[in-house]
Amino acid sequence: MDRIPILKMGDFLLVTIQVDLYDQLAETLESDLAQMVKKYSSKGVLIDISAVSIIDSFMGRILGNISNMSKIMDAETVVVGMQPAVAITLVELGLPLKGIHCALNVERGMELLRSKVILDTPEDDEDDSNPE
Amino acid sequence: MIVTLSKDSIRIAREQDTIFLRNRVKEWATKIGMGLVNQTKLITAASELVRNMLKYAGGGTVDIEIVSKGRENGVKLVFRDKGPGIKDINLAMRDGYTTGKSLGLGLPGTRRLVSEFDIQSVVDEGTTISIIKWKNG
Repeated sequence: MDRIPILKMGDFLLVTIQVDLYDQLAETLESDLAQMVKKYSSKGVLIDISAVSIIDSFMGRILGNISNMSKIMDAETVVVGMQPAVAITLVELGLPLKGIHCALNVERGMELLRSKVILDTPEDDEDDSNPE
Repeated sequence: MIVTLSKDSIRIAREQDTIFLRNRVKEWATKIGMGLVNQTKLITAASELVRNMLKYAGGGTVDIEIVSKGRENGVKLVFRDKGPGIKDINLAMRDGYTTGKSLGLGLPGTRRLVSEFDIQSVVDEGTTISIIKWKNG
């Protein structure tokens, strides 16, 4: 069966959707992500949809589900790279993706994720407070 | 008057056919020079309607036509299924109404995305929905 790969990058999970989504594929991604968040105790999920040319109500709902689901599992989700035509269509369709954090590109998405997540690096924190 | 310039028909039986349909719609929309935003709206609308077709009727056929009205060209899609039909079309066209567990955006959302929208449904016989997106509409 087809699957969208999920990459682990430190405390984050990275998903780059490079194919056209159909419903089953989106649902598989949703459950895979839940498993991976649990397995790696991930703190954040970054979903790159810059290659996705169509998002309809179902896929929009899956994105919302992923965001809510990871929230409950103590991970933040950021969706990045939405194409302008897709954004226009989603708003007109009546699905403004409320409650989903978005960023323009992967770089800014990573920044946003880092700002939302307090990483477990106690040594670093102490270093910062005692510059000597 | 709307004139049909060319026509094709696609059978929809499983979810993967959706991708094939989307690609064909994109191909035809590109052929008449439709802009990216209108293309995206049309393909999203098609995606919604095909989902309904698969979910409620288990499949059906989609006719793709290139149509022309005066100086305007457009793509027309006709979705035909032999499903259970829709009891109350006015209710089904309302935002947020659903008999399934979806968001209830499919039909009303689709109508907002296209230039022309027509729905005919007979209970226990099937549903036919036709949509047109004009190149500049």
